[in-house]
Amino acid sequence: MTSPPLVELEGLTRRYGDRAALERVSLNIGSGEFVALVGPSGSGKTTLLKSINRLVEPDEGIIRLGGRDVCERPVAELRRGIGYVFQGIGLFPHMDVAENIWMVPRLSGAAATGRDARVAELLELVALPPEFASRMPRALSGGQAQRVGVARALAAGPKLMLMDEPFGALDPVTRDDLGRAYRSVHDRLGLTTIMVTHDMAEALLLADRVVVLIDGRIRADATPAALVSGWNDPDVQALIEVPRRQAQALARLTP
Amino acid sequence: MNSALSEALAELPELVRAHLLVSGSAILIGVAVGLPLAIWAAGDRRARTPLLGLAGLIQTIPALALLALFYPMLLIAADVSGLAIPALGFLPALIALSLYALLPILRNGVAALQGVDPAVLEAADGVGMTRRQRLTMVELPLGAPVILAGIRTAAVWTIGAATLATTVGQSSLGNLIFSGLQTENWVRVLVGCAAAAALALAVDGLLALVESGLARRSRWRIRLGLAGIAAALGLAFLPIAAAGGGGETVVIGAKNFSEQYILASVIERRLQAAGYRTERRDNLGSTVAYEALAAGDIDVYVDYSGTLWTNILQRRDTPPPEAMRAALAEALRTRNGVRLLGPLGFENAYALAMRGERARALGVRTLDDLAGPAPRLRLGADLEFLTRPEWRSVREAYGLRFAEQRSYSPTFMYRAIADGSADVISAFSSDGRIAALDLVLLADPRRALPSYDAVLLVSPDHSEDRRLVEALRPLIGAIPVERMREANLMVDRDDDKMTPAEAARWLDPFTGRN
Repeated sequence: MTSPPLVELEGLTRRYGDRAALERVSLNIGSGEFVALVGPSGSGKTTLLKSINRLVEPDEGIIRLGGRDVCERPVAELRRGIGYVFQGIGLFPHMDVAENIWMVPRLSGAAATGRDARVAELLELVALPPEFASRMPRALSGGQAQRVGVARALAAGPKLMLMDEPFGALDPVTRDDLGRAYRSVHDRLGLTTIMVTHDMAEALLLADRVVVLIDGRIRADATPAALVSGWNDPDVQALIEVPRRQAQALARLTP
Repeated sequence: MNSALSEALAELPELVRAHLLVSGSAILIGVAVGLPLAIWAAGDRRARTPLLGLAGLIQTIPALALLALFYPMLLIAADVSGLAIPALGFLPALIALSLYALLPILRNGVAALQGVDPAVLEAADGVGMTRRQRLTMVELPLGAPVILAGIRTAAVWTIGAATLATTVGQSSLGNLIFSGLQTENWVRVLVGCAAAAALALAVDGLLALVESGLARRSRWRIRLGLAGIAAALGLAFLPIAAAGGGGETVVIGAKNFSEQYILASVIERRLQAAGYRTERRDNLGSTVAYEALAAGDIDVYVDYSGTLWTNILQRRDTPPPEAMRAALAEALRTRNGVRLLGPLGFENAYALAMRGERARALGVRTLDDLAGPAPRLRLGADLEFLTRPEWRSVREAYGLRFAEQRSYSPTFMYRAIADGSADVISAFSSDGRIAALDLVLLADPRRALPSYDAVLLVSPDHSEDRRLVEALRPLIGAIPVERMREANLMVDRDDDKMTPAEAARWLDPFTGRN
């Protein structure tokens, strides 16, 4: 990495009561990377992700985005510059698809004249037909709703995307479909993506780099290939074993 | 059309207007105060419990008591602050009804805001909404149906409870209900109830239209509903411009029984003949009426010398009528600046009464005669007589002990003596039913009961108002007890009932001379 990192975490600590969700975590993420944060439930991965757009305030540590401390700017302005997609999706149920997608530009004071064209463009990007613009969220399937969620996050043209178990609530086929579709959007738009998932297979197949968090500490930080070829930490190894065994079992079934 | 119905319908538009004014203002205040409180309480756990608890506590106070409470509280507030705070009429009714409207708005508001899907709130934060944007763009629109349901509940309650505003001197549809109840004029009661119910249903329907408009994103429904509500409020807030141009307005008070309604109507006729505009405050409680006069909330009403003597001056002696009136006039003038204009010419005293034949058979003509047979007789009293000082002094003066004592509402007390369930009752000497039922009033040779001359009282502001005094003076000494009894009977009897206004036209000594 020659250019300075887009996201820098330094000594990040967050405690809930006397349990530490993050214990002095430091991590740099370069522009254009697709990083998966993996770990068992309660490992601190969601806390880490939400610290970046300040949905969670860390007890200690510094987070820099493009070299600037995230606490320097008003929090609403910070968040409008970062795409955020999460498992709950959270489309605004009283607004149609176009209004949902156009929310961040609207909050930032963009002129409404560019709305329809931009919405159509974003719908195309997430592979939804343009007539979806006037639909209400309750008329969408889970997969369609999350595509709109991704389009909403992309609407203002952010460089950084934060995704918290984005496809976790979807059926396996839709999930696989959406994962690969998003990966191609990431590449086409030159985004930087940090995605939390508890599914190691998803992480290994989608990301360029996998960061394993266990008990609030980083226990592995490597490319998928490096991780799969063996890791000298039994807990990390156990996480990787699951998809590998499944893959081998599937391979044996093939005649 | 029967006269009671046409009279009730003639009063209806103005009463509907007054009713809408007080209940509409209360609901608006309820929303203006309740919604911000709900927003505060939804976001602040420490504020939520005490706020909801307080609003719930207010709700457990019966509406009638809540209204009654504000009368003394405002009197004290006026006293302490030295400001001219009206303790009667619009203000106490508005405060009490606004408090009453608060709970459903607050409770539903909190439920609405807490009921918003957490995922949607996370998305609102995630896209970079400020707290205010999140509230106005997400939480309030999504909570609107539940918030509106609370406003609908508040509107229906408040419009219903506003009928009770009559008791603190604020005109409302309750005027018809309360006066109808007192004079057993069921047409008035029905008209008042039906109008209040129709009003509540209409407002509820308009709000339901807005609610369904929000749910279906239908702008015309929202607009139509809001336009209907705005039109109703607009009508209510229109000034009473059409009430006959010019002329000073005099407010006439009345307590809550037929004779008082009739006399208030007679006074109204006199003042209107003299060119005044008049307003009525009917159904005032006994002490409330006097305090209201002293405070200037009403300008003129009729009270009874013995009542003022015992209740206001706290006296227990019973001087002769003229001496009592003179002492009373002096005491009320120095105490509150109230002017006692003079007696109307009849007395409405507490007196024990028996059926004529029964009294003759037992040889009872005075309370002295009653002491002997009393242990074999049953006493029927009105609801307050047995707890009043008058009863204590009669009982002690004559050594009366009855076989049985029962309390009735006045109407049923007369029924009880008519059908023999009671042998002796605590009658009112000007009551028309005394002659109608052939009752005799037992004489009080030991003067245990004070005299109860009907006297005309004028507020401090008008005590030196010559024009007003001259307009009223012809009533002094002009109403003999027989005529008052007959007028009362016209209103109280079951057949061929008249309204108090009709009885007043008959009773007015100057009818036909204007």
